[in-house]
Amino acid sequence: MFYRESGIFKTSYAADMAVLPLPGTRWLLAALAALFIVVAPATLDEYTLSVLNLILIAVVGAIGLNILVGYTDQVSIGHGAFMSVGAYTAANLITRLDAPFWIAVPAGGLMAALIGVVVGIPSLRIKGLYLAISTLAAQLIIEWVINHTAWVSGGTQASIQVPPPSVFGTKLVGAWQIYLFLMFFVVLAIVAAQNLIRSRIGRAFIAIRDQDIAAEIIGIDIFRYKLLAFAISSFYAGVTGVLYTYYLGIANYEQFQLDVSINFLAMVIIGGLGSTLGPIFGAVFVTLLPIVSRRALEFVGGFFVERADLANYVPSLRLAIFGGLIIFFLVVEPEGLNRLWRNIRTWFRAWPFSF
Amino acid sequence: MPDVDWQFTIVLISSGLMIGLMYSLIALGFVLVYKATDAINFAQGEFVMLAALIAAAACAAGLPFVVAVLLSLAGMIAFCFGLERVVLRQLLGRPTIAVIMATIGLASLIRGFATLTFGPGVLAIPMPVGDDPLFLGPVMLPPVQLVGAATSLLFLAGFTWFFLKTRMGVAMRAVASNQTVSMGMGINVPRYFALAWALTGIVSALGGVIWGAMLGVDNQLPLVGLKVFPVVILGGLDSIVGAVVGGLIVGVVEALAAGYLDPLVGGGTKDFAPYVLMIVALMVRPYGLFGRRRIERV
Repeated sequence: MFYRESGIFKTSYAADMAVLPLPGTRWLLAALAALFIVVAPATLDEYTLSVLNLILIAVVGAIGLNILVGYTDQVSIGHGAFMSVGAYTAANLITRLDAPFWIAVPAGGLMAALIGVVVGIPSLRIKGLYLAISTLAAQLIIEWVINHTAWVSGGTQASIQVPPPSVFGTKLVGAWQIYLFLMFFVVLAIVAAQNLIRSRIGRAFIAIRDQDIAAEIIGIDIFRYKLLAFAISSFYAGVTGVLYTYYLGIANYEQFQLDVSINFLAMVIIGGLGSTLGPIFGAVFVTLLPIVSRRALEFVGGFFVERADLANYVPSLRLAIFGGLIIFFLVVEPEGLNRLWRNIRTWFRAWPFSF
Repeated sequence: MPDVDWQFTIVLISSGLMIGLMYSLIALGFVLVYKATDAINFAQGEFVMLAALIAAAACAAGLPFVVAVLLSLAGMIAFCFGLERVVLRQLLGRPTIAVIMATIGLASLIRGFATLTFGPGVLAIPMPVGDDPLFLGPVMLPPVQLVGAATSLLFLAGFTWFFLKTRMGVAMRAVASNQTVSMGMGINVPRYFALAWALTGIVSALGGVIWGAMLGVDNQLPLVGLKVFPVVILGGLDSIVGAVVGGLIVGVVEALAAGYLDPLVGGGTKDFAPYVLMIVALMVRPYGLFGRRRIERV
């Protein structure tokens, strides 16, 4: 983990562009893959795996949002709504047309991308906070429309039950089966995002982020690339919605409300904008935070108040801890967990001869 | 009968205007901070709730209404000063999104603590104005709304005077227009940042007392904050006049939507009709009705 090269010895452009610059990283990745794909599902219990599943779903969404917020610098507070578009598209396809997962997942993503492009259209004229609020408007409007259109939302209570996905005729019901199913999409999402950013499209995104007028002057079609960023990002969001639906076995608009949009924004910002590792850190952090803090509160609080009383305090305490930690991290390290991680690695780079 | 319809419209518009004035008051807090410090306060609704809770707790403790309002004012000013010093000053010069996220975090912090300290129930702020509505022709005006609208008007006028005539107000406008130049002219910029937050505290305290008296104080009160966004965006983020006009427009649109659209589509239009209007307005004027157009250079 802490092996680094002692200087820059790259002699070709290809070496400079390599995704895995050091041979050791390859082994590290292989070890991580073995750990997460083979060892984890075989050894962990049902509950831990279901928590891991939640993290995996969040990773897909966070990586997608990072393409928009971190690389293109267009804020979206409407990602929860894009997820619901994906979720309901997939749920309707599955229940009405009996669609398999390899149709439902991309279809949900494409539908969300379509809606995302429509929401992204104002980004040509408006920027910054104005854009952020217009995506907030999109969140509220999409939520309302889905909830009030029985044809989409399945009538009463706006929820649609979905059977588990089946792969090669096997229904995936156990936590470890869902885990591997989700892991497939996570790996796909990471590889796709990593390569997208290295491509012409990714470079255009970064140019727009750094100075959009300058980007326009050097010949980047801003409108096209901004909409593309919205499309790709909402595609990820749509897929996240479908995965979430498969995981829960139900599509329900209450799972995709404003607080979800804000949670995903928190993941990207706390994790660190504009990197692939950042959103993963953020997704782990934000997903684990409520679970860990509830455990901790139940443990510590047990000494002070009755167990029955505790249930009244835990939700609000969790909310307060969530807010407090976000502020704490922003004040201590505004560039996110990824920056902390990089600082640690830089420190170890010349260790033990730092001076 | 056509004239019944006409009366109904008048009633809707008048109550919309009064609610709108109260939105303007809260929106003013948002605009003040954005103008002076370029920070975006997503916790405005929670500020309002916090102020209302302080006032409600003081009333529940048996203190007279005026004392409760003063306590709430003092509490909010102290809170905003502290907040600026501890959190927001550290984020100066950081990307806007970091400040947005910090205020979002602040929002959930306040929400969590409010429920912990004051309990989940609904508290009341009894305003000593009675319950008998005032009748003006067909229009019925509840006294709480009247007081709210009057206070809002008074303070909006007061703030306009403050910005146009006082030394501090002029200095604040200078800071808002160019921080570097005002620093060079000998203005203590960080002090005016703190002042902007303190003014937001005052506005939130007043808004909290008024909204709390009208709706009751519970954890639903911050939802008022969600209404502030269309108000400020419509009016333009950096315009005080814009906040007033935006508030009035949003108030009226909301009332009309609730009166005419809700029966047709089955409720809930009140919450998003202002947002639809806002998006349409943004397409035509991307900087709001009164917002300053920023000239961008490479």
